[in-house]
Amino acid sequence: MDFSFTEEQSMLRDTVASYLADHYDFDKRRAAVSKEPGWRPEVWKAFAEELGILGAPFSEDLGGLGGGPIDNMIVMEEFGKALVVEPYLGTVVIGGGFLKHSGHAGAADLIGGIIEGKNLFAFAQAEPQSRYNLASVATTAKKDGAGWILNGHKAVVMGAPFATHLFVTARTSGAERDAGGISVFLVDKAAKGVTTRDYPTVDGNRASEVYFENVSVGADALIGTADNGLPLVEKVVDETIAAMCAEACGVLSKLHTGTVEYTKQRKQFGAPISSFQVLQHRMVDMFINVEQAISMTYMANIKVTDEAERAKAISAAKVQIGKACRFVGQNAIQLHGGMGMTDEMAIGHYFKRATMIESAFGSVDHHLARYERLSLGKAA
Amino acid sequence: MNLDFTPEENAFRDEVRAFIKDNYPARLRAAQDEGRALTKEEYLLWHKVLAKKGWLAPSWPVEHGGTGWTPTQKYIWSEETARADCLAVLPFGVSMLAPVLYTFGTEEQKKRFLPDIYNGEVWWCQGYSEPGAGSDLASLKCKAERMTADDGKEYYIVNGQKTWTTLGQHADWGFFLVRTDPDSKPQSGISFLLIDMKTPGISVRPIITLEGGHEVNDVFLDNVKVPVENRIFHENQGWTCAKALLAHERSGIAGVARSKRNLEKLRTIAGTERSDVGGSLIDEAFFKRKVAELEIDLTALEFTELRTLAGESSGKGPGPESSILKIKGTEIQQRLQELALEAVGHYGAPFLRDLQGNNLGIGPDYADGLAGEMFNGRKTSIYGGSNEIQRNIIAKAVLGL
Repeated sequence: MDFSFTEEQSMLRDTVASYLADHYDFDKRRAAVSKEPGWRPEVWKAFAEELGILGAPFSEDLGGLGGGPIDNMIVMEEFGKALVVEPYLGTVVIGGGFLKHSGHAGAADLIGGIIEGKNLFAFAQAEPQSRYNLASVATTAKKDGAGWILNGHKAVVMGAPFATHLFVTARTSGAERDAGGISVFLVDKAAKGVTTRDYPTVDGNRASEVYFENVSVGADALIGTADNGLPLVEKVVDETIAAMCAEACGVLSKLHTGTVEYTKQRKQFGAPISSFQVLQHRMVDMFINVEQAISMTYMANIKVTDEAERAKAISAAKVQIGKACRFVGQNAIQLHGGMGMTDEMAIGHYFKRATMIESAFGSVDHHLARYERLSLGKAA
Repeated sequence: MNLDFTPEENAFRDEVRAFIKDNYPARLRAAQDEGRALTKEEYLLWHKVLAKKGWLAPSWPVEHGGTGWTPTQKYIWSEETARADCLAVLPFGVSMLAPVLYTFGTEEQKKRFLPDIYNGEVWWCQGYSEPGAGSDLASLKCKAERMTADDGKEYYIVNGQKTWTTLGQHADWGFFLVRTDPDSKPQSGISFLLIDMKTPGISVRPIITLEGGHEVNDVFLDNVKVPVENRIFHENQGWTCAKALLAHERSGIAGVARSKRNLEKLRTIAGTERSDVGGSLIDEAFFKRKVAELEIDLTALEFTELRTLAGESSGKGPGPESSILKIKGTEIQQRLQELALEAVGHYGAPFLRDLQGNNLGIGPDYADGLAGEMFNGRKTSIYGGSNEIQRNIIAKAVLGL
């Protein structure tokens, strides 16, 4: 048993952390997200060219650093601490995941484009009616000669305003919630018939409603096999959740340490409020939540490559992290008092991100139900 | 013990319901439905309708304009106004300052200030908290020194900073706690002053809250000259007024009727939203259970409040038990906000406020702003004496610990 990081992984963490310390403080981030385009392409360029981190989870023969989920975990945890909005999750984790696992003929080139910083991806999966059910797909793709014609509406596609391409789930057969009949397509965002309505999200990110109207794509747009895309989608989403749990750990640790620091400074009734036992115990409970979240994130990222254990491990982690996001986030605000309510303090921004992570790719209820099905359902 | 309404009370309910239906301002209703920030004038539309009818301030003594309603009638009133989603009357003048005025003010002060509060002619704001005095309000430092001016009259010269002043950007006047004796114990050197916000030396600076709204403000006072006759009650005994005011602030804070209304809204949303498997979200086992638990919690709060009301009508003032109402009331409000945000799933994320009209069609209308309400709602367990402070009050004053 070994929970230590390799030398390369420690270097990766240091590289990311020191870049963010220099270029991604709270004021810079706040200035960037509050105006168009809502992100900093020059930061992305630095990720690709100066830091080389966009190749972290790809093999060396693809031009990557030869890492895997643990490397994504390291990058995402650091990103969580700085509330990074640039689309590593959509591009490297999701886009990279689909390309790696699908055996797509163009995968090597497309991954090369990720590593160079040229290809930016977003995942057009959720729909207005789907809630968190990955099989609930009403968007259609109909065979048209060798290619396909897509029609439908994808909801709250995170990072779509920055993306060059979209990974799209579409129904090629079956009924709206059937597990079978789902296929994945890679669509150029500039393709004819793709329209978007872009907007900011409450946590400072950007998203779009994406509409497909008779969008014609070639045979090579299909990622994986037709009609049997759901297992691939589930695998990539589980990897995404594992990475997002790591982001949450970064966010949660900032919420916790920020609160401990603040309560030491803030004096009421002639004493730092950190000296009050009721607040000490609250901060201890926050700390326990953070530690448990880190433990579950390690567990999830270790087991994400184990096909037999993956789904259960990921849902367990997402339940734990979802609860931690709420408890730690809300109490961080509470212990900051009125100051926690202000836009000018960073703490509220971490709270907002924690709140969005809580429900992203499935709420606590969703993953609790999935865990029950996978775990307890078998025994029954 | 019984809960039945008398025929007279039922008739009163019908009267109230009809009055709201016929008189609630259409422009205000439209603004609320759009969910946009209200203008100063809009805030006062319903207030003025109620003032004209004589129903503005049910809890005031009759001689000052109160309705003389029984506790049951007041309960019916708050139920019906919440049920119809009427804008709550702004509390600063009507519920916070007025009780201090009619309890501690001179006849002249009552005559001068109460009618304008009643008629919505003067917008009041509260100057209590300071950057270093929140939960520990008695440690406030804003200084008022007494002097005789060239005109031969006596004034206080006020210097300091107040914060979290809700809707202070609209205020004509403010009621302030200031320190008039720096040498005595914290509670005993405080005075209660009414200050015209147009007095030279006052500046109001917005505080933007985490959801992006402008509701609260910093107020800076730089050599602000306040006539001595604007002081309520004795010099250095303003804490007595403040304590009475805080008790009133707490007793209204349970918000039972409004939470009932929001619970109905939650049911409507969850009845419209789909669950993972395609049915109504309200029929999904986990969600349904959470709504049921919340409804039971709300019932417990409602009956606790009714017991408190019954106690008040038999002559007991709102005691330290009202801290229960503040704690549970705010916890329930926050829980409702969390569940509403959970209910809308992905469409909790879009921040559409600044898109101006282009947000039509991005998610269901009811989803817009729910995340902001949840973020903003975290304030309720902080303000009016944080919920930790409320627990201290119960520990000390009720349990004698």
